[in-house]
Amino acid sequence: MSSKEKTSSNPAEETIPTPLTNLKIQFTKIFINNEWHNSVSGKKFPVINPATEEKICDVEEGDKEDVDKAVKAAREAFQLGSPWRTMDASERGRLLNKLADLMERDRLLLATMESLNGGKIFAHAYLMDLGLSVNAIRYNASWADKIQGRTIPIGQTTHEDGKFFSYTRHEPIGVCGQILPWNFPLVALVLKMAPALCCGNTVVVKPAEQTPLTALYLASLVKEAGFPPGVVNIVPGYGPTAGAAISSHMDVDKVSFTGSTEVGLLIKQAAGKSNLKRVTLELGGKSPCIVFADADLDNAVEFAHQGVFFHQGQCCIAASRLFVEESIYNEFVRKSIERAKKYTLGNPLKPEVHQGPQIDKEQYTKILDLIESGKKEGAKLECGGDPWGDKGYFIQPTVFSNVTDDMRIAKEEIFGPVQQIMKFKTIDEVIKRANNTHYGLAAGVFTKDLDKALTVSSALQAGTVWVNCYGGPSPQVPFGGFKMSGNGREMGEYGLHEYIEVKTVTVKISEKNS
Amino acid sequence: MNVPAPLTNLKIQYTKIFINNEWHASVSGKKFPVINPATEEKICDVEEGDKEDVNKAVKAARQAFQLGSPWRTMDASERGRLLNKLADLVERDRQLLATMESMNAGKIFATAYTMDLGSSVNVLRYYASWADKIQGRTIPIDGKFFSYTRHEPVGVCGQIIPWNFPLLMLMWKIGPALCCGNTVVLKPAEQTPLTALHIASLIKEAGFPPGVVNIVPGYGPTAGAAISSHMDVDKVAFTGSTEVGLLIKQAAGKSNLKRVSLELGGKSPCIVFADADLDNAVEFAHFGLFFHQGQCCTAASRLFVEEPIYNEFVKRSIERAKKYTLGNPLNPEVQQGPQIDKEQYNKILDLIESGKKEGAKLECGGGPWGDKGYFIQPTVFSNVTDDMRIAKEEIFGPVQQIMKFKTIDEVIKRANNTHYGLSGAVFTKDLDKALTVSSVLQSGTVWVNCYGVISPQAPFGGFKMSGNGRELGEYGLHEYTEVKTVTIKISEKNS
Repeated sequence: MSSKEKTSSNPAEETIPTPLTNLKIQFTKIFINNEWHNSVSGKKFPVINPATEEKICDVEEGDKEDVDKAVKAAREAFQLGSPWRTMDASERGRLLNKLADLMERDRLLLATMESLNGGKIFAHAYLMDLGLSVNAIRYNASWADKIQGRTIPIGQTTHEDGKFFSYTRHEPIGVCGQILPWNFPLVALVLKMAPALCCGNTVVVKPAEQTPLTALYLASLVKEAGFPPGVVNIVPGYGPTAGAAISSHMDVDKVSFTGSTEVGLLIKQAAGKSNLKRVTLELGGKSPCIVFADADLDNAVEFAHQGVFFHQGQCCIAASRLFVEESIYNEFVRKSIERAKKYTLGNPLKPEVHQGPQIDKEQYTKILDLIESGKKEGAKLECGGDPWGDKGYFIQPTVFSNVTDDMRIAKEEIFGPVQQIMKFKTIDEVIKRANNTHYGLAAGVFTKDLDKALTVSSALQAGTVWVNCYGGPSPQVPFGGFKMSGNGREMGEYGLHEYIEVKTVTVKISEKNS
Repeated sequence: MNVPAPLTNLKIQYTKIFINNEWHASVSGKKFPVINPATEEKICDVEEGDKEDVNKAVKAARQAFQLGSPWRTMDASERGRLLNKLADLVERDRQLLATMESMNAGKIFATAYTMDLGSSVNVLRYYASWADKIQGRTIPIDGKFFSYTRHEPVGVCGQIIPWNFPLLMLMWKIGPALCCGNTVVLKPAEQTPLTALHIASLIKEAGFPPGVVNIVPGYGPTAGAAISSHMDVDKVAFTGSTEVGLLIKQAAGKSNLKRVSLELGGKSPCIVFADADLDNAVEFAHFGLFFHQGQCCTAASRLFVEEPIYNEFVKRSIERAKKYTLGNPLNPEVQQGPQIDKEQYNKILDLIESGKKEGAKLECGGGPWGDKGYFIQPTVFSNVTDDMRIAKEEIFGPVQQIMKFKTIDEVIKRANNTHYGLSGAVFTKDLDKALTVSSVLQSGTVWVNCYGVISPQAPFGGFKMSGNGRELGEYGLHEYTEVKTVTIKISEKNS
């Protein structure tokens, strides 16, 4: 997901302002019914800057009782006859567009906050995170009054005489619980909220405990834009408490989660133990990039590099298994090492910095452990391989070559700045190896050959396959996982499907004509 | 339609496990009895599949799904032709299948012949015609890219079938699954495996490649659980009780996050307004509840009648419920067959007793019938209130509850006051009532001035705890598709 590669047509985005200095965190409470609440328990939790390990502020800690309040409010806002239920669909679209306007107005603030809290390179936060967020809201806003059911030429059942008029309504599902990750806090929030609201649902959102700040700021914009109370509710807190309360709630109709596969399993179980709420999951990956000998080498090196190193490797689509055809292997490794050395690490708010910190100590420790396993299991450490700096969770950009499929670094999701480069001989072999995983989120294919591009992309078990590029989700195209990388799709027209409940109405009539 | 007589001396040819177009004994050597619910006599024994048999079947289905296999490389239109060929064979064997379904599942023969068999063929042909119309999209993505979606098959689909409409439910499942290019491991209900196994023989005869369809008869806690927790099954589809649906979704969350679709129970409301065509409403409400001895997920088991017409409605409903001859469902004079087994029989009688105890007025029926077979008299309760067990719990038997209401707002709240949400109906001549009430009922299907009209073209499924996902219609294809986005960098883009 390189901001360089996103050929946005908006010239205004090319000038990046400097981050706000003295950013004041205004919103630190629980947002229910367009009001700010303390936690029922009185507890708060700290929000940390991962580049400095210093506390930014405290935020109210939501737990089960707070989730109950939020669900009540969301249920109330969803009642038949409510302002939200009786609102024109086009008006929902207008409200979403208004929210996008306010995000654009506060772009600098939001990007600064996201960079500070999420450890993001400020230029990326400003261009990519904020750009994509605004685009995604506008895309879904424009769908609001185009959510169409069908009239259906129902046939003759053998009991009746076939004289019926039948149609479907695409109704909102109801109260949607949305549990967000910390790697793209604002983007993930928008990708969940926008289609949900577009389709007429109400939401209870739990941002990641590491990164609640931009979600709470967005809540203030939701109120300012004019959404009725209770339509959007935001409860910051932890997964095992607030998150679990949402996924096992008897009055939440649907839960959508982005995060690890391990937690995704728990959420689906919770849905099956409670009320059979509908479940969408966007989980982990171990995405393969296949580089054929006929590929444009520099193009492949750069995209494969961005694919694994963007945002310090903290992307679900990280291109963490790089299969390079034997004849170009050594050259590819050489260029990849060169590319990985071009980083200045440090405070992500600084314009000269290219790489920020990992999000927290837990991730940092896990990544270093996997790096050690790479060394122990016999991969060749080409560069990096260690932590960096005196404070903050920084890890050197790391490249391993001569990686084999049985190594932990080739099987487990690392979520850090660690690249694995493997060698392959034939197409059939590399397709088998690429598909040999429980994951299935994304993949890349690099080749100039038409037939290779079409047949290999067809054979890969991945929800998104990029050809001669990598990363860069766009609101128009569906995104999601095969196999254990997820259930369902986000974005595109397909993403709306996850937020509707289909009702069939069949009316007996006295005469039917085609 | 001219309904022939049932076959006499029906021979049960197929009693084994069907894997790779071959017949297998169970790995354990065990068999289980298949009972005729009208006589309580054993029809035959069938091989009992368990975890090891499911493993074999899943292996075969996975093999048949490999890239480069006959099934994966087949034209979509050819998949459609195979489904149509299967429909032809079902039509050829219609009389045999109807006899078998009637005998094994306690269905009235004429109904099995016209409705179960007729609808089965319709569903197959409907999905046959979709096979080469499963279309992805090209998408105007931002930037210099060409982007499109492929609608790929999900993979190996586990399908667990109920006993109330054994053949029809099998078609509802294999139709869309095969249409979209998936392979299947199917477990029929332990009470009713026979028509599924006959269909297996037709699948082989029609020419489906080995391993595309595999059928493993067996029990829920063994074979069914093996499917829903299998690490190499990509999707599970289940029709049955809400209680088991919960277990299946949990199993999916404990294993490999397989995709889940569920068609579960219901406590469907019928709302009859005073301006309705009374005879029409009485007949549809009656049929909506009593069809197939009340053993329908859509059973119209909460009948809300507007106060001014309540007494007359009850009177006509009682009259209608008394017009039944019970007995062997193969017998053409019989209009009501048995419940499927002792467990259901006991559950229904227990609920009937609760109705009596909790103060509903028993208008007719209310007890068992006959010396053998699981027969229950058609039963009508009036003056039912919402807190009674018979108003809250799914009965799945020939027991009708008639309640009274005063206002629209009241009846809508009462109708929606349930964890279920499968279907509902509104009886009225008023345009605005019909449109607004159907709009606010929390049900996957709402019928207006009719009930139980289900056709392959329109989607069917539950709100809330009546299910996840939809079957039938174009919507049903969605459940059997895995969407892949391909985005290709290009040097120049034009609209």
